Amino acid sequence: MNTAPISPIRLFIPQDVAALAVGAERVVKAITSHAAADGTPITITRTGSRGLFWLETLVEVETLAGRIAYGPVNPHDVPGLFNAGFLLGGAHPLRLGRMEDHPWLKGQTRLTFARCGIVDPLSLADYEATGGYKGLRHALAIGPAAIVETVTKSGLRGRGGAGFPTGVKWKTVADTKAPQKYIVCNADEGDSGTFADRMIMEGDPFCLIEGMSIAGIAVGATKGYIYSRSEYPHANRTMRAAIAEAYRTGRLGADILGSGVTFDLELRVGAGAYVCGEETALLESLEGKRGQVRAKPPLPAHKGLFGQPTVINNLISLATVPVILAEGAAYYADFGMGRSRGTMPIQIAGNVRHGGLYETAFGVTLGEIVEGIGDGTATGRPVKAVQCGGPLGAYFPPILFDTPYDYEAFAQRDGLIGHGGVVVFDDSVDMAAQARFAMEFCAIESCGKCTPCRIGSTRGREVVEKIMAGREVDANLVLLEDLCATMKFGSLCALGGFTPYPVLSAVRHYPEDFRRRHAAAAE
Amino acid sequence: MPSASHRPTWDPFRAEAIIADHAQMPGALLPILHALQEEFGHVPEPAVPLLADALNLSRAEVHGVITFYHDFRHDPSGRHVVKLCRAEACQSMKGEHTASHLLRRLGIDWGGTTPDGSVTVEPVYCLGLCATAPAALVDGEPHGRLTPESLAGIVEEARRA
Ligand SMILES: Cc1cc2nc3c(=O)[nH]c(=O)nc-3n(C[C@H](O)[C@H](O)[C@H](O)COP(=O)(O)O)c2cc1C
Ligand code: SF4
Ligand code: FES
Repeated sequence: MNTAPISPIRLFIPQDVAALAVGAERVVKAITSHAAADGTPITITRTGSRGLFWLETLVEVETLAGRIAYGPVNPHDVPGLFNAGFLLGGAHPLRLGRMEDHPWLKGQTRLTFARCGIVDPLSLADYEATGGYKGLRHALAIGPAAIVETVTKSGLRGRGGAGFPTGVKWKTVADTKAPQKYIVCNADEGDSGTFADRMIMEGDPFCLIEGMSIAGIAVGATKGYIYSRSEYPHANRTMRAAIAEAYRTGRLGADILGSGVTFDLELRVGAGAYVCGEETALLESLEGKRGQVRAKPPLPAHKGLFGQPTVINNLISLATVPVILAEGAAYYADFGMGRSRGTMPIQIAGNVRHGGLYETAFGVTLGEIVEGIGDGTATGRPVKAVQCGGPLGAYFPPILFDTPYDYEAFAQRDGLIGHGGVVVFDDSVDMAAQARFAMEFCAIESCGKCTPCRIGSTRGREVVEKIMAGREVDANLVLLEDLCATMKFGSLCALGGFTPYPVLSAVRHYPEDFRRRHAAAAE
Repeated sequence: MPSASHRPTWDPFRAEAIIADHAQMPGALLPILHALQEEFGHVPEPAVPLLADALNLSRAEVHGVITFYHDFRHDPSGRHVVKLCRAEACQSMKGEHTASHLLRRLGIDWGGTTPDGSVTVEPVYCLGLCATAPAALVDGEPHGRLTPESLAGIVEEARRA
């Protein structure tokens, strides 16, 4: 018997919660026990996801020809994969080849998500071997003013929804004198159809830590908070472990990377309130209070967390900062169109065949996203509606599929890009029911401060229900428009103010869905 | 995630210790409420005066915070908790149909617990599993691409365990 030690074969299998949700853990078990029975030494590195969720569980094997992928792998495929010699990259119906050559990834421009799904999320060695901390080192070398200028020139706009220029926000905080300033990461990713923040926390958490550290240096803040959600227990676990590892290795705390700069970071978890994604409600929540929206001014940049100047940015905004600092403002700004510079991680979800995360330069059309990249519905039926930008975003019908993915182009059509969610519905959807849900969601999640939002949404749901029942449809449609106008103009924040968009877009583009029972009742 | 049957009943000393562990943090109330719920499966009413004392708040303020957030339970949950997504991406994949199937089968409504105390079903709005919809967390473990049948199987398996 040959007793010479054989170096184990390295496999990569995602630990992303979406992979777990379709059975990744069972695949890992099946592969581990099969290899043990064969006496074949293997090591399995758990990664984030590459974002092609219809291919999960995606198993990659390190071979001389690169990382060869197989997917979607189910536990019952495992014996066949071993028989096919997949540990050496053998042929098998599930063999996908190298993921770098996969058209779905090849078509992307991965700047923010360059590492996600590839590296061990908790390995600093992996992180630094793939360009990690290059941005921070450069930031330390050029100093606060030049960092702010670089971020401004990159054209980066906030990825949380409002699209506000990140550099401008940072400059305001940098210019405000105070004994303590804060960096707050908004990871309260509540929009249906979005999972980009979650994927970074699970797949590349050091990138966020680096981005927040750079923000701290830029504005003179020594303390940061990440506000995540209780719906993300797995992401929170990985994020906490990454923070601990960064402290252990001198990348957080006093004297980060021997620079003399202090940056402390803590993860906090919300408690199931959508409105806490609104920045001032989030700050209230971090302070231990009810998540009620604050009137502006004062801006958080002047009086934010605990009354101190605060940068509050979406997680993706912050996680994009390292690559901007590492590669330069021009490199980032060269991608995109108009005033939408750089790339956007578009999250394609719902009833779609190829759902996942697709990072690309702004400018791709909605039709290309849904029909091309997404490959149509999962059910194979025609697309009827696409909701963009979460629960406060409009429903787009296929006749608007020529809309380019760009902040201004979407706004012109009463839509929003928001945090990049795109949720596809097939022709079985009842748009009146979707309008009712939009009102109901607003009623459930309202912070209660403004009457039009708190009461209007409940009234709105009742009115839609009357329409759905075929009762005085014309009069109730007028009433619905009035209610929406009141909510739009009488609400302090976008929860009450934007709920009319999904509602009115449903009414405008799918009038037949609001008159179905009417017609039936008249017969 | 520990099942509720193994959770300790109300213990004021344990609660005091949890509160004391966190009381020095800035904005300590939410972390403490999470820790109490983790320990007891809900936020027991007798914790309110303890919290008010420790954090220098009125009882009404503490109560106001607890009731504002959907996560915090006033009553113990069942031994198993199903957090089922009701948001749009899950709706697009017939999530509401799958959900009503489960609720009918268990004979409960949203937020309810089966009479034998084994299962609680709670609504959530997005788990970030929108590309593998409809989705749920069952005792903290994620499940995607649910059908009425697969969800029933997962819940039965949890109940038997
Ligand atoms: C109801 C409501 C919910 C929001 N939810 C989020 C969220 O989950 N994540 C986020 O980053 N921004 C959210 N926002 C936007 C924030 O208020 C804010 O604009 C953002 O955090 C700023 O960061 P950015 O400039 O990097 O986008 C929400 C706004 C509203 C009105
Ligand atoms: S619009 Fe609604 S959620 Fe926003 S501040 Fe007013 S009541 Fe609160
Ligand atoms: S909408 Fe259900 S998981 Fe996101």
